[in-house]
Amino acid sequence: MALTVVSQIFPREMIPAVLPLIEDKLQHSKEIIRRKAVLALYKFHLIAPNQVQHIHIKFRKALCDRDVGVMAASLHIYLRMIKENSSGYKDLTGSFVTILKQVVGGKLPVDFNYHSVPAPWLQIQLLRILGLLGKDDQRTSELMYDVLDESLRRAELNHNVTYAILFECVHTVYSIYPKSELLEKAAKCIGKFVLSPKINLKYLGLKALTYVIQQDPTLALQHQMTIIECLDHPDPIIKRETLELLYRITNAQNVTVIVQKMLEYLHQSKEEYVIVNLVGKIAELAEKYAPDNAWFIQTMNAVFSVGGDVMHPDIPNNFLRLLAEGFDDETEDQQLRLYAVQSYLTLLDVENVFYPQRFLQVMSWVLGEYSYLLDKETPEEVIAKLYKLLINDSVSSETKAWLIAAVTKLTPQAHSSNTIDRLIQEFTISLDTCVRQHAFELKHLHENVELMRSLLPVDRSCEDLVVDASLSFLDGFVAEGLSQGAAPYKPHHQRQEENLSQEKVLNFEPYGLSFSSSGFTGRQSPAGISLGSDVSGNSAETGLKETNGLKLEGIKKLWGREGYLPKKESKTGDESGAPPIPQESIMENVDQAITKKDQSQALTQSKEEKEKQLLASSLFVGLGSESTVNLLGKADTVSHKFRRKSKVKDTKSGETTTTHNMTCSSFGSLSNAAYEDDYYLNTLHDRGDKELKKFSLNSELLDSESLTELPLVEKFSHCSLSTPSLFADNNMEIFHPPQSSAASVANESSLASSFLEETTEYIHSDVMKVCNNETISVSSNKVWKDDCLLMVWSVTNKSGLELKNANLEIFPAENFKVTEQPGCCVPVMEAESTKSFQFSVQIEKPFTKGNLSGFISYHVMDTHSAQLEFSVDLSLLDFIRPLKISSEDFGKLWLSFANDVKQNVKMSESQAALPSVLKTLQQKLRLHIVDVIGNEGLLACQLLPSIPCLLHCRIHADVLALWFRSSCSTLPDYLLYQCQKVMEGS
Amino acid sequence: MIKFFLMVNKQGQTRLSKYYEHVDVNKRTLLETEVIKSCLSRSNEQCSFIEFKDFKLIYRQYAALFIVVGVNDTENEMAIYEFIHNFVEVLDEYFSRVSELDIMFNLDKVHIILDEMVLNGCIVETNRARILAPLLILDKMSES
Repeated sequence: MALTVVSQIFPREMIPAVLPLIEDKLQHSKEIIRRKAVLALYKFHLIAPNQVQHIHIKFRKALCDRDVGVMAASLHIYLRMIKENSSGYKDLTGSFVTILKQVVGGKLPVDFNYHSVPAPWLQIQLLRILGLLGKDDQRTSELMYDVLDESLRRAELNHNVTYAILFECVHTVYSIYPKSELLEKAAKCIGKFVLSPKINLKYLGLKALTYVIQQDPTLALQHQMTIIECLDHPDPIIKRETLELLYRITNAQNVTVIVQKMLEYLHQSKEEYVIVNLVGKIAELAEKYAPDNAWFIQTMNAVFSVGGDVMHPDIPNNFLRLLAEGFDDETEDQQLRLYAVQSYLTLLDVENVFYPQRFLQVMSWVLGEYSYLLDKETPEEVIAKLYKLLINDSVSSETKAWLIAAVTKLTPQAHSSNTIDRLIQEFTISLDTCVRQHAFELKHLHENVELMRSLLPVDRSCEDLVVDASLSFLDGFVAEGLSQGAAPYKPHHQRQEENLSQEKVLNFEPYGLSFSSSGFTGRQSPAGISLGSDVSGNSAETGLKETNGLKLEGIKKLWGREGYLPKKESKTGDESGAPPIPQESIMENVDQAITKKDQSQALTQSKEEKEKQLLASSLFVGLGSESTVNLLGKADTVSHKFRRKSKVKDTKSGETTTTHNMTCSSFGSLSNAAYEDDYYLNTLHDRGDKELKKFSLNSELLDSESLTELPLVEKFSHCSLSTPSLFADNNMEIFHPPQSSAASVANESSLASSFLEETTEYIHSDVMKVCNNETISVSSNKVWKDDCLLMVWSVTNKSGLELKNANLEIFPAENFKVTEQPGCCVPVMEAESTKSFQFSVQIEKPFTKGNLSGFISYHVMDTHSAQLEFSVDLSLLDFIRPLKISSEDFGKLWLSFANDVKQNVKMSESQAALPSVLKTLQQKLRLHIVDVIGNEGLLACQLLPSIPCLLHCRIHADVLALWFRSSCSTLPDYLLYQCQKVMEGS
Repeated sequence: MIKFFLMVNKQGQTRLSKYYEHVDVNKRTLLETEVIKSCLSRSNEQCSFIEFKDFKLIYRQYAALFIVVGVNDTENEMAIYEFIHNFVEVLDEYFSRVSELDIMFNLDKVHIILDEMVLNGCIVETNRARILAPLLILDKMSES
């Protein structure tokens, strides 16, 4: 009973006290107590994984327990651990498979059966674990094919719980490394689900389809009629699931139909959460695939008017950015803007309609910026319309501020100014400060037309205004103040710290408040350079500048620097922006063909059926053609103009669908760039293609680094279709300039079998023997290079015989990216010689301790082959490099990082001096000392490839206060742990 | 993972509620009323899974009593659906033909049963004999 309580509520602090007791209970003779003990440990693992790390071996024992209940309980722990780090438990795959085999085969006691299905929930749990283990890993996946096949076969009883198992099976089959037979069976299962008259099964089937469709869109084609039926289903939940499915298969051809369906659903639904979710999806689709301007604006109008004020603020912001930055074609832009302006004017003409505030804001901004494009209507008329809105009571004050801003922008273009005068008169006495402020700005600017023209030029919305952010124009004022004896301004946190150091009382959280507010105090670094920024401006000069600043506020919020970058990049990549016409016509042909086929089928069917068929063909047209497209090697390039914008984001998300589209769209650009490519390919052709493996390893990196070299990636990714073997090399050339040079160095070194002299320029660890047998011995050492960790394994042939085909391979590990340096397969190894194999290792996510394992295989005298496994521990420190920055950069970076961790470490008297502490940190952790100010030290380091982490440390009596900040959320924790270890050790 | 487990009757009175994730006490009643409202509004022909805010509800009706389970995205709906039935079977075995009154007056026992079956949001035991074993021992002790 006590154990049950333990596993339900338990404070983290008490774990060390109770842990031994529970460990004892793991050996108890009664299975129920063992089971409860395991569950209690699971709870501990949930709340504090570090504290139970050392008893992982006991979990293994529990997994092999002779009682099923205990084993099942341990699965929960494993599911969780494998979710976090699947590579560490690959060796357990075999046991999981055997367990599942036994369960499926009915080897369990009968009382575990549920409606004559053996332990269904246990099966589901196991399938889930297998799915996680087999993800993207062919070797592990192969182990489970048999048992998955078996479970699919066995689960043919008609009972709900078997359906649950089947669903989980399908899920697993699609998440592990694919095997065609199993996929076929799984697809059949999904078909059964979808076609089932039982509503719950239908839901399950749709869910499975949604999941599967990303990998295999053709499956949707098989079930298109069912999907159409589901779309008109009376149950809104089914409908919604169907829409989710459609959302996944949207492309440029079917977007109008799908979005229309979504809007229909949107108009019916009332629940806020649904609206927010759906509106976001529609906006995303519209931006990505919109076929023409009119449609795009109308869809967005619908989105704004329905979504109203509940939707995510990004949507209107993105929309406005799109309008403001435009595309490459200037006339296209103008048309889009003109259309937007016109549609908004007509919307505003309609009497007695209430629009959501957000929509009004968007309207007012667009009208303010782009009304000049109108021929017929004069700015006065637009202003009059805006004025009408302004005096409307239902408009919120924030929107009013937007409206006045729009009027301000229009004023220089207007000739007569009656309305403006009236507006100024009315709103300068407004009670709302913000509105009044805007009105006054308008008033002053209105009096000075010249200034106004220069300040509010036509169509310059996306060019940043240069504004003195440091407020240096106030320097004179500050100096004057200082000379008159005023105290220099101190940032908030500095004042706090001073207070604290004066008081010297209970100082638990020294910085608690200060940094939460540092965002407001401005751009000061913690080093504390004071600057006058809280001077309230009453003088004429300040007033003027302030309006300037406000202007910036209104504009920059929407499209700051971030907004600018993608544009520039996409410009360079838009050679293919204009869609080639022949492709389009091919597409049309395909469309027609499909429609014709459908129609001929439908002739015999009723009229209603026909309509559905048409709908189906319009929905799935993109997919249908995509399969043809693959053959033709051409694709939908129609959608570019909208997609280009968001492409940077797309590549990052790296979804299969988008990448597919990417390769397709790159085809267009390929034709333009074919010459360059050919040149590249030829020059690279003679490089060996044994580096094919690298491609898969690097492809992830490719995504992250492709921001700047996007167009190139696209071209090359297409090349990979025709000449995949070359791709690895291309990739290396582009993305790993440092590595490829390292590779060439490494090449030489592997020829000369000794490596030490080559690597001496870097710091390296001692040589460590990792494994040996009678013929060979393997030793390893680490070389901490600037850009990666280089692992060198040197293999010595101790025997007097010649070894052939010596090959060293490293198992893929989750946290690392291992790249093989050339020369890893040695055809012949002479007797008593030494060869070295080099691998560069990069880290993917922080961890405390990792493990890298691999094996070496070789042939002795042609006949007898042998294999030897080894493994090496890696720690986080292997990937930490000093980050050399100045104190100013430190200050800037410090403010920009959100994740911080603070901890006080108690030290003995002897070591409690800042210099010695810093020295230890520098030597043991390889941190770079940025600056030392009084009793505070600033240090910086980076986790390879480039995650910076900053450390601020302060000595206070015998307590060392450590304060980490980083852009990565987990890194500070790990570093803190390392620091504590180092400080204890020294 | 299971977020909460509710037993509510048709009148909307909560008979049992268990949360596996922290929810403020005053927010619980609000959540419960919303949940039961959305369950009651559905007919027999509609499916037993509801997408509700950012999680899913799975419900099953036994006479006048609804059992509603809230789960997150990763859970297999059908498995939970059957799990509810398993739970009811266990209750049925223990109380021999369970009714709403049994649950009202033996709430502690229902809680013990549920705790045996679900822990930290995971299904930990589904074997009927094993679920009831501790409870039967307790009963024996209180008798003697």
